[in-house]
Amino acid sequence: MKHNNWNGFNAGVWQDEINVRDFIQTNYKEYCGNDEFLAEATDRTQALNKKLQSLFALERQFGGVLDIDTATVSSLTSYSPGYIDKDNEIIVGIQTNRPLKRGVNPFGGMRMVRQACEAYGYKLGRKVEEEFKFRTTHNDGVFRAYTDEMRQARKCHVITGLPDAYGRGRIIGDYRRVALYGIDRIVEEKKKDKKELANGTFDTEHIRLDEELFQQIAFLGYMKEMAAMYGFDISQPAANAREAIQWTYFAYLAAIKEQNGAAMSLGRVSSFFDIYIERDIANGILTEEGAQELFDDFVMKLRVARHLRTPEYNELFGGDPMWITEAVGGMGEDGRTLVTKSSYRILNTLYTLGSSPEPNLTVLWSNSLPENFKKFCAKVSADTDSIQYENDDIMRPIYGDDYAIACCVSAMKIGKQMQFFGARCNLAKLLLIAINGGFDTTSGIHIGPQMPVMDTEKLDFDEVMKRFEIYISWMCNLYVNTMNIIHYMHDKYAYEKTQMALHDTEVGRFMAFGIAGLSVVADSLSAIKYANVCPIKNGNGFIIDFKTTGDFPKYGNDDDRVDLIAKDMAHRMITELRKTPAYRNAVHTLSVLTITSNVMYGKNTGATPDGRKASAPFAPGANPMHNREENGALASLNSVAKISYDDCRDGVSNTFSITPEALGRDKEERITNLVSILDGYFAKKAHHINVNVLNRETLMKAYEDPEAYPNLTIRVSGYAVNFNKLSREQQREVISRTFHEAM
Amino acid sequence: MTEITGRIHSIQSLGALDGPGIRFVIFMQGCPLRCGCCHNPDTWDFNAGMEYTPSELVNKAVRYKEYFGKEGGITVSGGEPLMQAEFVKKLFDLCHKENINTCLDTSGCILNDNVKKLLEVTDRVLLDVKYTSDELYRNHVGCKMESVIDFLDYVNSKQIPVTLRQVIIPTLNDNEENIVKLKDISNNYPCIDKTELLAFRKICQVKYDKMGKEFPFADIPEPTQKKIEGLNNLLK
Repeated sequence: MKHNNWNGFNAGVWQDEINVRDFIQTNYKEYCGNDEFLAEATDRTQALNKKLQSLFALERQFGGVLDIDTATVSSLTSYSPGYIDKDNEIIVGIQTNRPLKRGVNPFGGMRMVRQACEAYGYKLGRKVEEEFKFRTTHNDGVFRAYTDEMRQARKCHVITGLPDAYGRGRIIGDYRRVALYGIDRIVEEKKKDKKELANGTFDTEHIRLDEELFQQIAFLGYMKEMAAMYGFDISQPAANAREAIQWTYFAYLAAIKEQNGAAMSLGRVSSFFDIYIERDIANGILTEEGAQELFDDFVMKLRVARHLRTPEYNELFGGDPMWITEAVGGMGEDGRTLVTKSSYRILNTLYTLGSSPEPNLTVLWSNSLPENFKKFCAKVSADTDSIQYENDDIMRPIYGDDYAIACCVSAMKIGKQMQFFGARCNLAKLLLIAINGGFDTTSGIHIGPQMPVMDTEKLDFDEVMKRFEIYISWMCNLYVNTMNIIHYMHDKYAYEKTQMALHDTEVGRFMAFGIAGLSVVADSLSAIKYANVCPIKNGNGFIIDFKTTGDFPKYGNDDDRVDLIAKDMAHRMITELRKTPAYRNAVHTLSVLTITSNVMYGKNTGATPDGRKASAPFAPGANPMHNREENGALASLNSVAKISYDDCRDGVSNTFSITPEALGRDKEERITNLVSILDGYFAKKAHHINVNVLNRETLMKAYEDPEAYPNLTIRVSGYAVNFNKLSREQQREVISRTFHEAM
Repeated sequence: MTEITGRIHSIQSLGALDGPGIRFVIFMQGCPLRCGCCHNPDTWDFNAGMEYTPSELVNKAVRYKEYFGKEGGITVSGGEPLMQAEFVKKLFDLCHKENINTCLDTSGCILNDNVKKLLEVTDRVLLDVKYTSDELYRNHVGCKMESVIDFLDYVNSKQIPVTLRQVIIPTLNDNEENIVKLKDISNNYPCIDKTELLAFRKICQVKYDKMGKEFPFADIPEPTQKKIEGLNNLLK
């Protein structure tokens, strides 16, 4: 097949089938040079950005939410077109009719929408209430099926953050398909797939898929309509770079109008765009300045994306994030790097527009990346604290070279795989429940197998492990079943037709489980094994505290005695989870990632044998507990690197903060040293790292005087946040974390 | 034969300031000098610290090889590593077997046969020249400047690369005259390929307080960044 808008591109199988990867491979131009070619922001960009900054300031003054349209249910065509500055935008489209005005999306659940409106002084419109009176939401469906035990587990916070009241997210549409093929071709292929289904046996799965295809096709039509409202016809392939970015953005915009998923990630678009940019530059219709301008405008659109959330939601996922994750760089299977000039251009937006948490720029790091690019990334990290790194060398063999990251650390093949998001289980609380024989002291709830409280003066490691195993096995079974209900209902009542229309019809599915409190559990078990841990009981005979005497190895010091306990816990969890089959034959995966919920998880967990006080925060993700690292930063990294990616295919998150002074004497030294650290960490087969190069004092100043630091961005757990958007409690926790300093 | 042991104060897995690249830094326990500006008074006592064999330490160091890149490696600091020269030599031998670059951070106050043997396996010396006058050396360090120069002569004769380092302490050596002398030293010894000026810092006050010791330079102010930059310009 041929199309005029493809003129100048190398031919390939991508023309005959939907195959964006093949298009990229046959057409992209790798770039190994340095950053000197980059252009600065144009006057137009600066003016638009200024407008945006004042909108952000206004949003802050309004308590975090500028405006809510309480009368309209968010969908692809439900709002009239909106603009930031119509005459000066080169990429258009926003979620509602005004920038930063949030829509309501009750498909996940009404209660959450109602509460969110009320929290910001609004009331959900009558019409919406009426409309949804006779409609089942995802949330309704889930609670119809939840068992008593599931409700109890949720109530006592041993599993928390489950997507049972809001959109599950973590699905990445292959938004690039719209630019490369145009809507009509995608519809044509989907119709072909639907026709083929007619020949099969109509069992449950088959019927479900058949109906889903109907919805996908319908929503591709709405997407076309939505673009037409903005004056664009996206039925055909994009003809130039501006159109390629615009078409891709429309596809993404359609997704975030339809879904309020927790993480709505972008995929891997920059090197795809680069092909169009190179063609336009070669044709003399685009300059470097113009190319940067396209990226700047696109990124400004991403920076105004918002969903309406409740304050409770923000407690789990602080900072109002969207996780518009863009994977940058990486290597191709043929050994060429996937770094292009546009990999630089998208990172450069952190300079042209200033640092920002969104989009969530994620560098796929490989030891084989061009040295120039490594240095540029390190420089951007040191300057902006806005990017994260993930190990391409361990992911590429599993996902190939056209995968992206959903949310923080969840890898998947773009347009070929999706995941069922499953929040996390509080492993530290589970340990306490096990020791107390099925009683949670913080909530006063009896849960799980009921047995006597461990009745020894000093806790014995083998006895505790024997007990813990029973509870892990119980929890994993309950966890999978709970997730199965959630995702069955989400598919049924809040199916992501826009995003799934941009997947192959036959799609691979993951079910992503998670654990919180890994370092607390590792250190607690280490204390039980190597020191003396004596339980302290309350009047009712339940253990509420521990007296720990003697020293014990602590996770974060590259000490195998405890690090292998952490590694083993992850292994046990995934092994147990696999024993219960997952909905739609999904493959079980596990993450060690907390977002900012480590604070909330800690708050709901009693004192632990490692000496952590009741209610004290956990460390984020797979991080060692704050300030327990005694041998410096690399020892801490080595400990985390031991957690196996084979056990934790949904990612192992580590947040690393170092003062500039500890990283080197001058800027050049800091950059070289940061590159060495990243090379070393990933050579150890570690999966993920957030890098912050900053002083604690800066954060303390921002804590005291937020107005003076409106754009202070820091990496937390798998994403970046505007420091001022965190709760005071979350801010204090971030400040208390280990900062690796010069001796 | 039992392996020799050394007394170690502590280990820092990420050293970005003590030698080229990323360094695994071992702080030796025990120092004969009493520099007024010392920021590690807890390393003075020869009887404190933990005992390690060279192979125990090298087994730790190899776990960080991936981070060393082209330039990094191990740095032995202190305390005064020359006081345990025989031990450090064994350690460096083992490092070389593992292709780990070796760096010695020292005051250069001793030169004996064991030190000479150690230098044979040292890839770079970080030489802390505290002052450029014998009087200041005697008053604020507790040794002759001559000893340090003897050490430097020897290192130069062996063509071991040297980074010259000096802590800039206001009122004592933050003057042009000192920098000129430092520059002379650097010019006279071809082995010196780099000179670093470090700012005197007082964060160690807490360590002195904790040990119940008086910080001799407690009343001296820290130099300004501008001052250090100015002196650095003089070096050029």
